[in-house]
Amino acid sequence: MSATPTYVPKTAFGRWLEARLPIMGLVHSSFVAYPTPRNLNVLWTFGAILAFMLVSQIVTGVVLAMHYAPTATQAFASVDHIMRDVNYGWLIRYLHTNGASLFFLAAYVHIFRGVYYGSYKAPREVLWILGVIIYLLMMATAFMGYVLPWGAMSFAGATVITSLFTAIPVVGGGVAQWLWGGYAVGDPTLNRFFSLHFLLPFLIVGVVLLHVWALHVAGQNNPDGLDVKDVERDTAPFTPYATIKDLFALSLFLILYAWLVFYIPNYLLDADNSTVANPLSTPAHIVPEWYLLPFYAILRAIPNKLAGVIALFGAIALLAFLPWLDTSSVRSAKYRPLFRIFFWLFFFCCVGLGWLGSQEVTDATTLAARVLAVGYFGFFIVVLPVLGLIEKPKPRPASIADAVLAKHGEARAPTAKGSRAA
Amino acid sequence: MIRFKTSLLLPAALALLLAGGAGALADDAEQPNPPRQSWSFSGLFGVFDQAQLQRGFQVYREVCGKCHKLSIPFRSLGDPDGPGFTEAEVKALAASYPVTNDEPNDQGEAFKRPGRPSDIFPPPDSFPNDQAAAAALGKTPPDMALLAKALKYERGFPWFIFDALPFDQYQEMGADVIYAILDGYTKPDDPQWNLYYPGHRIAMPQPIVDGVVTYQDGTPATLDHYARDVAAFLSWAAEPTLAERKKLGLRALIFLFILAGMLYFVKKRVWSKLG
Repeated sequence: MSATPTYVPKTAFGRWLEARLPIMGLVHSSFVAYPTPRNLNVLWTFGAILAFMLVSQIVTGVVLAMHYAPTATQAFASVDHIMRDVNYGWLIRYLHTNGASLFFLAAYVHIFRGVYYGSYKAPREVLWILGVIIYLLMMATAFMGYVLPWGAMSFAGATVITSLFTAIPVVGGGVAQWLWGGYAVGDPTLNRFFSLHFLLPFLIVGVVLLHVWALHVAGQNNPDGLDVKDVERDTAPFTPYATIKDLFALSLFLILYAWLVFYIPNYLLDADNSTVANPLSTPAHIVPEWYLLPFYAILRAIPNKLAGVIALFGAIALLAFLPWLDTSSVRSAKYRPLFRIFFWLFFFCCVGLGWLGSQEVTDATTLAARVLAVGYFGFFIVVLPVLGLIEKPKPRPASIADAVLAKHGEARAPTAKGSRAA
Repeated sequence: MIRFKTSLLLPAALALLLAGGAGALADDAEQPNPPRQSWSFSGLFGVFDQAQLQRGFQVYREVCGKCHKLSIPFRSLGDPDGPGFTEAEVKALAASYPVTNDEPNDQGEAFKRPGRPSDIFPPPDSFPNDQAAAAALGKTPPDMALLAKALKYERGFPWFIFDALPFDQYQEMGADVIYAILDGYTKPDDPQWNLYYPGHRIAMPQPIVDGVVTYQDGTPATLDHYARDVAAFLSWAAEPTLAERKKLGLRALIFLFILAGMLYFVKKRVWSKLG
């Protein structure tokens, strides 16, 4: 994200502006001329999809905030008012609640793609850590947004999560009261959560800009995990090649989004949130939204409250150390036969924990959650450091261009620019 | 290029499935799930049946409304996608309910006046507030405005996946639960025993039996019809924009499919220029 001298304004106004604020040059170098590796697959379109979802959530959220009343007595009724009386209020609210789920779905594809292809390795460590910060901010935003409709599950969720802080020795109780603005979740809690839920997305926008900046300094990773050696042979300009691919993938993603919003809008929503919050009556079975379930399962798997809370936050914090926990210098799982097996085992642990998090607690689910939690932590703490030392990576192609040609079954090495223009 | 090691995943997945499945089976023996009914408003093109909603409203008014609130505006009863009462009918209906005025009168006393279409249904006559209802009935009967969305039951793996897919999208769980509960009073000697209610002890004794409500349109006065009609009515009350939503959804999907198709060919063309 830095201006390059290759941009030449075509109009007099363009030249005038460029001499004073080179913003068009910045856009040109970042989103037009920016070289993208030619071997990127469909999983690399999720960055653009996430950018779209972030904007969509902010736009729908700002409109909802115009009609929403953040007080314990009015919040539930104001959401019902949005659903019944506001013009297309039902559409905006369903776009927003289901949009949160699809935002996380896209983020998980993006994160698992990063792990599979080793996108966190040098020189992309800062890029990766910025991503982990965005993920954390997303979870905080989603959690506080979930409290706003003030349904029975909103209230139960707010109570469970804020009570985690009481586990901190000595100061825990005080911290929880400070968060609540009282002695339990109530009106002040709802009001501040609304304020923060409005603020955090704009912080996310800020960190996303840093994320994109870091990406454009280090350049994109790619399915073969190879560095760009020859810009001419290994890359294609962002526009039109990446832009059109991103747009096509986005249109497919929007089909899924539209299906969810228009035909099964309540599928992912908890039925208990259609009942107004009542401190005297708690839902029989407290569950968070699907995207937080694996962490909820880890929390419940550990009998000691403080240890459970440490494990919960540790499970997220470990992600930030990934660049240094993985000792292999080979990036892509394509060329790491052992890592590939462990990656899918790790993926299975995450999905399994998610499923267990949605189930009622029995001896069997607790045991299974413990086994999978050990698998989750083991992947980071044991498997990744050891694997880099013992694994024999497969031979890698000499360059990205060679990888592209090998895939398309061509025998000859790519020629210079002139012959492929035909 | 992503290759699953299915040989490793399968046994683990199977073990999980068996562990979960065995537990679910044991529960089913004593707590049956509500059977899935057929509804006019299910599926891709499903909309509400106006006559059924009018009958369901009659059941609400004559039976459920004695104890349950229904916090929706009177005017929504005139919604053509809903019960579709005429403007005159809605006005007369609203006027038949005494509503407490927002502001006190000149003497500073709260007073009641005939309802207007813009008013929300007042609470039942006998229970002006939740506390009064709880004191008399032991538990406050839930507001029925969102009841059909507040009732769901666990579908379990793998059914919950099929529920999300086109041509089977299962969004009528609330209606099925309401129907099942009205149909679930199967022990005549115990009016608070319900086959489908979680734990079988329900605070509401059997509310309705054959012949209590007389329909105007010749529909048989049976519990089966009452339950079906009131479940449909409450589904509409909880989701009055369902018909509009599906209509707009169809247009949105057709647009997106055409857009995606065109973008696919543009993408193919653009990339073909690259060697």
